[in-house]
Amino acid sequence: MDFSTIYILWKRQLIKYFRSRSRIVGSLGQPILFLVAFGFGFGGVYQRAGGGSYMEFLAPGIILMSVLFTAVFSGIDLIWDRQFGFLKETMVAPVPRLSIMLGKTLGGATVAVIQGLIVFLLTFLFGFHIASAPLLLVAFFAVVLVAILFTSLGVAIASTLEDMQGFQLIMNFLVMPTVFLSGAFFPLQGLPTLMEYVVKIDPLTYGVDAVRGALIGISSFGMALDFAILIGLSVAMLAIGSYLFEKVQI
Amino acid sequence: MATDHILTVTNLTKRFGTFTAVDSVSFAVKRGEIFAFLGPNGAGKSTTIKMVTTLLSPTSGAIILNGHEAAHHKDAVRKSLGIVFQDPSLDDDLTAQENLELHAALYHTPVKERAARIENLMTFVELWDRRNSLVKTFSGGMKRRLEIARGLLHHPHILFLDEPTIGLDPQTRNHLWSYIKKVNRDEGMTVFLTTHYMEEAERVADRIAVIDHGKIIAEGTAGSLKKQTKQTNLEDAFLALTGHAIRDEEATGLDHMRARHQMWRRH
Repeated sequence: MDFSTIYILWKRQLIKYFRSRSRIVGSLGQPILFLVAFGFGFGGVYQRAGGGSYMEFLAPGIILMSVLFTAVFSGIDLIWDRQFGFLKETMVAPVPRLSIMLGKTLGGATVAVIQGLIVFLLTFLFGFHIASAPLLLVAFFAVVLVAILFTSLGVAIASTLEDMQGFQLIMNFLVMPTVFLSGAFFPLQGLPTLMEYVVKIDPLTYGVDAVRGALIGISSFGMALDFAILIGLSVAMLAIGSYLFEKVQI
Repeated sequence: MATDHILTVTNLTKRFGTFTAVDSVSFAVKRGEIFAFLGPNGAGKSTTIKMVTTLLSPTSGAIILNGHEAAHHKDAVRKSLGIVFQDPSLDDDLTAQENLELHAALYHTPVKERAARIENLMTFVELWDRRNSLVKTFSGGMKRRLEIARGLLHHPHILFLDEPTIGLDPQTRNHLWSYIKKVNRDEGMTVFLTTHYMEEAERVADRIAVIDHGKIIAEGTAGSLKKQTKQTNLEDAFLALTGHAIRDEEATGLDHMRARHQMWRRH
């Protein structure tokens, strides 16, 4: 393990993130749109159906949606590093590939967590409030795990792709379904059986459930199970990402 | 093999499926010399460089660089070499100085020496004034100069230059070679280069090897190659050795993506 390599590559991701201010602002457009359209749009119906405040229910889902998007794309970013040659600079250096992968992944995950924090702050503008301040830390930990899980997934995908050809495929058949079938937008009670299975194999479901449990006190699976699954999947995905990155040929 | 050789390559072979890109190549580079590796497109130059610099594993054969066997001591080999790749490999979104700092960290350059080394090398390639500019604002020639500075930052024993002057104007090319000759002369740095510009090879290289179809077909000084082929300049000697047929390289997925990306940028 080479900590100076992990650190410098982590720092690189952060420098690049803070330097691209227009991209940060741009990436807030989508969560705001979702909060307005869904939050206010469905709020009335949801309340009449006895669900309480839909905005409270939706906010954790929107936060995690932003974390997931940022995480996956920070990982897939690796394709550009490869295309613009920067990856060669790291590959020819006397450092283990695992450290390169970890630096990239932790940097991308940190950026995703920051993005999540910004969206979290934004949700207050839309009337979100949290049930318990100490549990914020628990929510934060869940967000960190989701960020690591999906950044490693991005790195794993990027390691197997030669170019951006498959990008639309990943977007429409992996990223969007993961968000929309996760319970980020709807309660998990009373779903059709098939749908329930799909929701249960979606890793983001457990992230949303954990954050919802911590922030507004509603959890379908219990936070212990959520965290067990998130930790297991993050470690597994880190291992898969490292394995695939190890095989990348320049 | 004598120890005055910094790089010894023996029977190096690389096969991709049924295609043999490099076919039992052997050569040795002396410490302190400028060695040019010439060949038409697809001859096996870049594949050889990739193997020698540990980016690609050979199918068979041995590489000993600065006394270290590449197959077993990758990191020792990597520390001993500096490289300027054929394609740019800087991070465009970082400043010139940040790119060098990143390199210093990757190579574990002593922290105390980093600032001084970076300043020295950036002054040497005349980029110190632009140290805080993002690399994406640099011209092709400036990027190349920065890459040379970066390649020298960890004090390598041998510097690899893979077509370093491609696409640069004669002024910049002339400048680049003057830097490289200076480091070679003053520091005794060994230089291994590839180029398509024969007059450059003739001007800077102490020794030249010509590779074609994965095999080394001639080796010697520019003078001896001209003599061997009874030609008056190296370009004619090169053509006499490798023939006049045009070589087409197959584009890779990366090439396609680059082309598309450039199209997007234009719109």
